[in-house]
Order: sequence, then C-alpha cells, then structure tokens
Amino acid sequence: MTDETSSAGSPGPAETHEEGWIDPTERNWFRFSIVLLVAFAVAVGVAGFALGFQVPGDEARVDPRTVADEAPWSDRIDNPVREVAPGEYVVYMIARQFRYEPNTITVPEGSTITFYVTSIDVQHGLKIQDTNINLQIVPGQVSKLTTTLDKAGTYPFICHEFCGLGHAGMFGTLTVEAGEG
Amino acid sequence: MLITEPTYQVTKEEKRFIGLHLFFAILALSIGSLFGPLQAFQYSGLDLYPYIEPIFKSYYQGLTLHGVLNALVWTTFFITGFLTLTIIKGLKRPLVYPTLNKVGFWTMVVGLVTTAIPLLLDEATVLYTFYPPLQASSLFYVGLTLVVVGSWIEGYGFFFTYRAWRKENPGVRTPFVSFAALITMALWQGATLGVAVEILTMLLPWSLGWIDGVDPELARTYFWFTGHPLVYFWLLPAYLSWYGMLPKQAGGKLFSDSLARLAFWLFLLLSIPVGFHHQFTDPGIPQGWKYIHAALTYGVAFPSLLTLFTVVASLELAGRKRGGKGLFGWVRALPWGDPSVSAQLLAGILFIFGGIGGITNASYNVNLVVHNTAWIVGHFHLTVATAVTLSFMGISYWLVPYLTGNRLWKPKWAVAQGWIWFVGMIIFSNAMHVLGLLGAPRRTPLGSAPYVPEEWSGHLFRVSFGGAILLVGVILYVVIMVRTAWSKDKLGPDEQVEVPIAEALHDPQRTPAFLDRWRPWLIATVALILIGYGPQLLDMLLNIQLTSPGF
Repeated sequence: MTDETSSAGSPGPAETHEEGWIDPTERNWFRFSIVLLVAFAVAVGVAGFALGFQVPGDEARVDPRTVADEAPWSDRIDNPVREVAPGEYVVYMIARQFRYEPNTITVPEGSTITFYVTSIDVQHGLKIQDTNINLQIVPGQVSKLTTTLDKAGTYPFICHEFCGLGHAGMFGTLTVEAGEG
Repeated sequence: MLITEPTYQVTKEEKRFIGLHLFFAILALSIGSLFGPLQAFQYSGLDLYPYIEPIFKSYYQGLTLHGVLNALVWTTFFITGFLTLTIIKGLKRPLVYPTLNKVGFWTMVVGLVTTAIPLLLDEATVLYTFYPPLQASSLFYVGLTLVVVGSWIEGYGFFFTYRAWRKENPGVRTPFVSFAALITMALWQGATLGVAVEILTMLLPWSLGWIDGVDPELARTYFWFTGHPLVYFWLLPAYLSWYGMLPKQAGGKLFSDSLARLAFWLFLLLSIPVGFHHQFTDPGIPQGWKYIHAALTYGVAFPSLLTLFTVVASLELAGRKRGGKGLFGWVRALPWGDPSVSAQLLAGILFIFGGIGGITNASYNVNLVVHNTAWIVGHFHLTVATAVTLSFMGISYWLVPYLTGNRLWKPKWAVAQGWIWFVGMIIFSNAMHVLGLLGAPRRTPLGSAPYVPEEWSGHLFRVSFGGAILLVGVILYVVIMVRTAWSKDKLGPDEQVEVPIAEALHDPQRTPAFLDRWRPWLIATVALILIGYGPQLLDMLLNIQLTSPGF
C-alpha cells in the first residue's frame, strides 16, 4: 500500500515509479501488444521499402487547367500505351467527369505497366480490379503506380471517388492479351 | 481520501440543458438514418430515389445527408451533452460559467440549421468529406464552422470548470469520468484545427468567390488532420462509458484506473499525427511520411488493445461476483437483461472486428486492396455506427430516464433493439467487407453501375437485407426515446435512476501522479504533431497552387 504523502501530496519522482500500479497480467498484455504492433510495422515496412510492394508517393505537380494539352498527356488518345523498354509500358491518363482518357488499354501478358494519372476537374479514383493499382486522382498532382500483369484477361478499372452525378458510370477496360508463347 | 466529498445533485436546469443536446442528436439520427436504407436498397436494385425526387434529388444527396447527420451531428450533439453530465457529476460541482456553455450549444444549433439549408436544397451534395474542387454553397462551410466553434466553446466551459475544481481540490486525482471528458474535448480542440484552417483559408473564401482556386491535395491533408482524431472524438465517450460506467452497471469495478488513464493520454498523444493513413493512395505525399504515419497508427492501436484488456477484466470481475463460473461462464452471468448493458456489450463485441479491420486499413501497402472500397464503409459501420452509436443508444437507456425522471418505455423492447442492431450490422457489414475485397467501390450506387459483375449480387442483396434490419432497429430506438421522454409514467422517489459511476478496484490516489498531469502530455502531443505533420505541411504550403476552380 502507498503512504499518505505519495498519494495526495505534491507528486515527486518516487511516486511515478510506484510499485504495483500495473497488474502483472496486465503487464504481460502490455508487452504482447507492443511486440505484435512492432511486428506489423516491420512487416509492412519491409514489404514496402525492400520488396517493392509500394504505395504512390510524391511524383509531380501540374496545372489542371492546361495539363490536358501538354505533353506527354496531350498524346493520350493517339498513343495510349507507350512501350519504353521490352515488356515495359507507360500510360499517361487523364481522369475527368465522367470518363478516363484513354478508356481502353491493351497490353500483352507479362507486361509491367506504369500509370501516370491526373485529373482536369474534380477528384477521382482509379482502381484496376484484381491488381494493386488503387489511386486517388487529385487535380494538380500526378499519381503514379506500377504493376505487372501476369494473367491474360479483362480487368475493368473504375472510379471509386465521388465525382458528380455521373460517377457510377465512370469506368474503363484494361485487356491483357495472351502471349504468343 | 481525506477530503470529504460533497454530494452534488444535478439541477433541473442542467438536466434540461443536457437533454436539449440529446434532442438534437436523436432528431439528426432519425432523419439521417432514413437515408441509410435507401442506399442499401439501391445496391440490390430497389431504387426508391425516383419516388422522393421532388424533395431529394439524388442518391448522392441522400448519402451526404446520411453522413453529415449521422456521423457528424448525432455524434457531436450526443457527445457534448453526455460529457457535460460527466463533468458535472464527476467533479461534483456545477459548470463554472453555464452561460458560456449555453452560448456554445446554441452556436452549434445555429450552425446545424445553416448547414441543413444547402444540404436539403441539394446545394451541398459533396458528401461528408466535402473534398474540393467539388464546391458546396458557402452556407454549408459557414454552418460547419459554427458547429465546430460551438463545440469548442462548450469545451472551454469544461476546461474552466476543471480549473475551478482543481483549485478547490489540490492533490486529488481527477475523477475518471471527468478526466476522460476533458481529454476527449482537448483532443477535439486540437484535431479540428485542420478543418478550421481548411475552411477558413481556402474553402470559404473560394466558395464566396474571393479566390479563384484551391489546392485540393493540401485540402485533403488538412481534412485528414481532423478526420482521424474525429474517429477518436466519437469513440472516447464510448470508452468513457465502458471503463467508467459499464463496470458499475454490470455490478463490478474498474479493473485498473491507471491503465484507463494511460489509454486516454495515449489517444490524445497519438490520434492526430496519423492522418496520412487515410491518404496512402494519394499523390503529393512522400512514401516515407506515409510510413511514419502508418507506424504511429499502430501506436494508437496500443491504447485500444489496453482498453480491450481492462474492459474485459472489469466485466469478468463483475460476472464472477454475480456467480459466473469457468472460463466463459462469467459472460453469461452479466446482466444481459439490462438494455443499457446489453447494448454496450454487443457494441464492444463488434468493435473487436472493427479494430482488426482498422489495423488492416492502417497497414500501409495492404491498404491498396481496400482503399475507397465498400470494405471501408463496412469498417466504419462497425466503429462509428456500432461501437459508438450502439453504445450511445445503450447509454441513453439510462440517461433519458435519469434526465426526465420517467420510466424507460418497454425495457424488453430496448433489449431487443440492441440485438436487432447487432444482427443487422453483422449482415450489412460483413457483406460490405466482402464486396470491398471483390473490388466494389464505396460512394457508388452499385445497383445501377454498369461494371458490376453477377457474382456480387448475393452480397449486394445482403447489404439491402442488413439495411432493412437496421432500419427497424433505428425506428425502434427513436420510438423508445420519444415514448420515454414524453411519458407520464414517473419514477417513484425510491426508483430514481442514478448516474452509474464505477469505482476503481484500487484507490485512484494510488494511480501515479504523471497520469493526472496535463502539461507533460500536452507538450508531448504538440511536439509529436509538429514532428508528424510539420515538415510535410510546410512543404505543401511553400508549394501551394491555388489552381482548381470549383465544380
């Protein structure tokens, strides 16, 4: 039990180290919780920074009022998918109410594809189903993320941020074509 | 301890004042909750919006009303009212400046009305996150500001009251329920600086045409500075009840006064510099800063894990005292027939899953799987719409009889109401989580979206079905509240409801003094915010681009 002076008197350093303010079972739970949470933090950190499972970062700024007419986005319709190295592709995309430009993308199986996306009006989202591409599209900013497409098929990409009355109809299609073997 | 504790009877006028908070809270919940099922029904193709189109123009207007009224108004009004009582009852003294608190309250009411006008006129259909450059009527921003400022003023009233109490009671540990209320309000004052700056420096002047454009990414960053601790502003009053009241209601004691206080301090310390975990998929924020916020988010999970331990231990004490035997027999022995207790227990059970989901969301790259999907909506219906809302419903089952002196209308129905909410939410929220994992976006009328595959239809139906059950649950709650508040069935003089304040297992005076001193914790909180937000915010401000006009 504690004595009168340390309980009600002016707090001193001895009191902060008082024995018994924490139950032994509680202390074990305390330690277990810390170990668990540190393990989580290390796991996602290693996966992100060492193994390449990364989130978008700070890429570039643009002017949403003019970016659609400026390179490299100005060429987005005529030249939607650019091969920058064998098997590596880049897409410069504009999101706008209520469509993506380009709206259909086709790449061969096994491609690595990098998206650079920005908006010329409000905020949008870009989620390509069954891939790790999940982006918040913010006017004035460029969102960049890379993924590798190993399986042939059709992957819808959809807007997941409310952007106005036509929001639910805003989607496009990514096609991954089976390789020639 | 040695100080003789005066008894303080809460006056009729104080009860009336607290009751007014609840009136507006429940009014907002009644209106806002009607839109929830409309969203849920739309998912399985039953779109009722065309039938109400003369009044409400779109799914998105309904969604905005649902979010603003339920997540912002119901919570804020309930919390300020409930905390007023825990300040008065815990400190055993009246508010030192009751007029100040009244000014705060009526400022909130004026703000609510000002916000409601553009919302109802479909001139603020921007959802409750109001991300620019979607632009609302300036009245919307003015109204929100007034609600926040009003709540600040009520908070000042609490702080002044605490200062007066402290002078009268040197050396005494702050009674836990008041301590928890003060931390909740301190957290709120710090947290809301984000939206205050966002609205006053960008959105309001922009909506009035004084500036041409805004910087949307900076606005998002301000918003989430507030947005995450907002969650803790909702949650801490429920924790206050779970720690400081529920043990008493269940017939036991608070297991550890020390850890309860430590948990509250850690929430204050850690709940603000974690906002980037809502922005993992955003451009414009370096990965390093996102990771730091992810790590700090694991830090703020720590006091929730402490809470799990202490609350369960307190309830186990109660269950065993009531004759519960064996590993889990004490759970059955708890007073499940008390609607206030059962609602809060059920809220706590679902919150375990809410917490696990929250840790998932915070997990940096794992967030890419769930960001802006229906999973998130499923998640916060376990947290704010169950852990918080169902607890508040449970609290009101003793609070309204306490404030009015009336008998609770049909207590058995009140017990059923908690279970209805619990079951409806399990169905709704599980379906939303699954849909999210399948890739379904949030904030979208999936019943009419062209890309929805057939395989989602079973889950979409479960969303509607859960929503229907929840509608029954909320209607039953409102009916019980109305019938209790306007009842003629007065409680007798020996049946009066008392505010359930749990004693701690050990004398709170044994709690180390550092857990009852404000200065070191406040300094640490400000320092951690400066470290966690300072460099990135400064960089964004130095590179500000006000280039986005309104849409």
